[in-house]
Amino acid sequence: MSNIHQVNRRDFMKLFGLASTGIILGCTAQTAKKKFSPEINKDFFAPNLFIHLEKNGNITLIASRSEMGQGIRTSLASAIADELEADWKYVAVKQATGDAKYGNQNTDGSRSVRTRLEPMRKMGAAAKMMLITAAANKWNVNESDCKAENHYVINTISNEKIFFGDLVEDASALPVPNEDAIQLKKVEDFKYIGKTLKSVDLNHFTHGTATYGIDVRIPNMKFAAIARCPVTFGTVKSFDSTNAEKVSGVEKVIKIERKKPGIGQQFYGCLGGVAVIANNTWSAFQGKLDLDINWDFGDNKSFDSEEFKKTLTQRVQKNGKLVPGSRGNVSTAFNNANKVIEATYHVPFLVHAPMEVPNATAWYQDNKIEVWAPVQDPQTARAELAQFFEIPLENITINVTFLGGGFGRKSKSDFVVEAVTISKEIKAPVQLVWTREDDIKHSFYHATSVQYLKGGIDEKGNVSGWLQRVAFPSIVSSFKPLSDYASGFELGQGFTNNPYDLENFRLESVKAEAHLRIGWLRSVVHIHSGFGNNSFVDELAFAANIDPVQFHLNLIGKDRVIKGKSDYPYDTKRMKDVLNNTSKIADWNKKRPENHGMGIAIHYSFYSYVATAVEVSMNDGKVKIENVWTTIDCGLVLNKDNVINQLEGAAIFGLSIALFGKVSAKEGAVEQNNFFDYQMTRMKHAPKIHVDILDKMNEKPTGVGEPGVPVMAPAICNAIFNATGKRYRSLPLIDEGLI
Amino acid sequence: MSTILSINGKSYTVEVQENMPLLWAIRDIVGLTGTKFGCGVAQCGACSILIDGQLTKSCSMPVSYGIGKEIFTIEGSSENLEVLREAWNDGNVPQCGYCQSGQLIAATALLDKIESPTDKDIDDAMSSNICRCGTYSRIRKAIHKAVELKNQKA
Ligand code: FES
Ligand code: FES
Repeated sequence: MSNIHQVNRRDFMKLFGLASTGIILGCTAQTAKKKFSPEINKDFFAPNLFIHLEKNGNITLIASRSEMGQGIRTSLASAIADELEADWKYVAVKQATGDAKYGNQNTDGSRSVRTRLEPMRKMGAAAKMMLITAAANKWNVNESDCKAENHYVINTISNEKIFFGDLVEDASALPVPNEDAIQLKKVEDFKYIGKTLKSVDLNHFTHGTATYGIDVRIPNMKFAAIARCPVTFGTVKSFDSTNAEKVSGVEKVIKIERKKPGIGQQFYGCLGGVAVIANNTWSAFQGKLDLDINWDFGDNKSFDSEEFKKTLTQRVQKNGKLVPGSRGNVSTAFNNANKVIEATYHVPFLVHAPMEVPNATAWYQDNKIEVWAPVQDPQTARAELAQFFEIPLENITINVTFLGGGFGRKSKSDFVVEAVTISKEIKAPVQLVWTREDDIKHSFYHATSVQYLKGGIDEKGNVSGWLQRVAFPSIVSSFKPLSDYASGFELGQGFTNNPYDLENFRLESVKAEAHLRIGWLRSVVHIHSGFGNNSFVDELAFAANIDPVQFHLNLIGKDRVIKGKSDYPYDTKRMKDVLNNTSKIADWNKKRPENHGMGIAIHYSFYSYVATAVEVSMNDGKVKIENVWTTIDCGLVLNKDNVINQLEGAAIFGLSIALFGKVSAKEGAVEQNNFFDYQMTRMKHAPKIHVDILDKMNEKPTGVGEPGVPVMAPAICNAIFNATGKRYRSLPLIDEGLI
Repeated sequence: MSTILSINGKSYTVEVQENMPLLWAIRDIVGLTGTKFGCGVAQCGACSILIDGQLTKSCSMPVSYGIGKEIFTIEGSSENLEVLREAWNDGNVPQCGYCQSGQLIAATALLDKIESPTDKDIDDAMSSNICRCGTYSRIRKAIHKAVELKNQKA
């Protein structure tokens, strides 16, 4: 529950350094408590959402979220504007700094809209009530004789109207309405929510004036680059910087120690290495190339990802640890089955490669730290700095800049820790910039996976048994070494909770050690489960000689709601609705040219339901993705065009995974370098993408940034199978000569 | 050494090494940060600028190459760039926005050369610009839209 307060001007000044007149409302939105999340100061009245109404009519939403391209700023502003009956042209959004005062600012897990919507709407509604009361008092009429419309309060008896801005002063003297008295609008009355709104930041993007982390400029700041050991967690034995220091513009070369978080702490520390400090970015990059470093490669120096793939492939052929949630008896099912099918699938390591590389600008001085950086999780960054540099939290400010893409990479603040380390050493503000090679070679990678599936089909063509063994290095290994099995939360992403009605279901977890830093990447473990589940269902459908769409529908089973512990129960009907809709918009049964193929995939993630159909064409053994049709049910939609944009983006992101994505390691070192060998989807590969959003405005809003990703690779492989009869079980397809 | 760069019709006297890529001279020395770094090896187009009207990846061309020539960046303005901006706005193209400076410059170069590009022309001209957020279909539509807007204005 939120509670709305008027924020006094002094506090506001303290929070934002902005002098203000007008009304400032603040409220505290509670977010799901995240394990390991840094403590928030309980004594301080800690609103994390603000709206500021000024006499000139301007309304500013102060967002406690980092912008990461998902248009959240725009979506949330629309909720306030709607309830407030504001005119969109007066609405602007400001970014809050990474201060614990603003509550949980973590922007991953597609959570933002889910947790912020209601408080946003209530704030807008509360402000509207105050404006109406102020107007009613002026006219000496009842509040019920007034209504708000398009930035005016209207007297419904006399038809007089007063501009919002002209009511601000009177309204600010009124008490904030009690939460119970706040009435929210009905779905059918929404003016902005669920409609198409353009990004509030468009003009900045088209004029090059949005300030990303890499664009921050502080007077007298230096530029830095770091050479890190090619093998994860290797260390510097010795180094010679003579040549580096000869590079024009280079001012200093220093060694950076690895910073290691305590076991179980969800901090990222930093890798350590040798830092080159210069008076411009390029000199720092050049100097880095001229360093002569003698490394101690450490424990991971013999890691070979091809060998690892073979090892995991062997392991999944044998029994693993039984995972709770397994049910029935698969052995009996297989014994009695009409047909038994087995398959092993593989996904390689992947890297986020956001267009803006990791970077941070930091200034450490007088027991204070200020940072300007594109971070998805400023609060963890702040807590981490407090620990490593022994500076009180309140002396650490993180200014969140625009993010040139995040995809999970920028929720890991190692680059911030590095920048602060350098600033402390050189006693000056510094901007640390990773090269693209650094980004590809030293990331927190999306884990590789191998999974084995075995399924039985009875005489009616139904799936009578389903055995799945999965092996992938766990994200937990980045916080707790020797975490060699997938954790419960990871298996909960599409493995223990697959969308099917399976009477005999057995899931086994298989050992997989980490030799690279493992992290999450857009849609996380769903990439594995989505690929394995949907590829295998397609194989079963073929064996049963049943159309894949029909086969999926049969397998989802009858309408039912699976409660579990969450507030968002899984509803099979909603899954079938998206599948049926996709089948319809794709015209699934239409006859297509000989060399074309159709593939389907469904997935439930971040509480949203997605079904995607893909049409491919094959020419001279090469694949072209022609069309993608995606239907999503993500409950209440805040900004339709933003949802469409996110799903188009997710389709391209998923396409990159299917066609190109692969990070490999030899002798412990990542082999890829830059976009020429870590390729991604370009204009010439981009298919036509058709997105349909089911109208579920009375349901709770659920995730939109990630759920469109996991369906892509399986839908593509299924379409290729449909066109050619050849099954691809290992990604990426470029390795199969298909591109 | 001290040299003069002419950017968007304005002269900048800069103290800079001749072999520094134009990208870094423009960003770090001149201070125009709209042109972005994405890869440094002519693979992503984030750093796209026009030099005497020619589309150029500024990360891979030294300052010496730009001396005495007219440099055009996203901070500049031209008839085609303006109409593209309008179309970009109209189609709500950007997501994170980071690649869009380069996309707009590449699209400007395309319209400067071909009045009404086909899908194939767009594939050819725009495939050296990466958008990790995946806004390709919107970029394609916006380029067609820009042509439409231009024709309406003519
Ligand atoms: S930064 Fe120049 S092409 Fe990528
Ligand atoms: S809009 Fe984010 S990289 Fe293109």
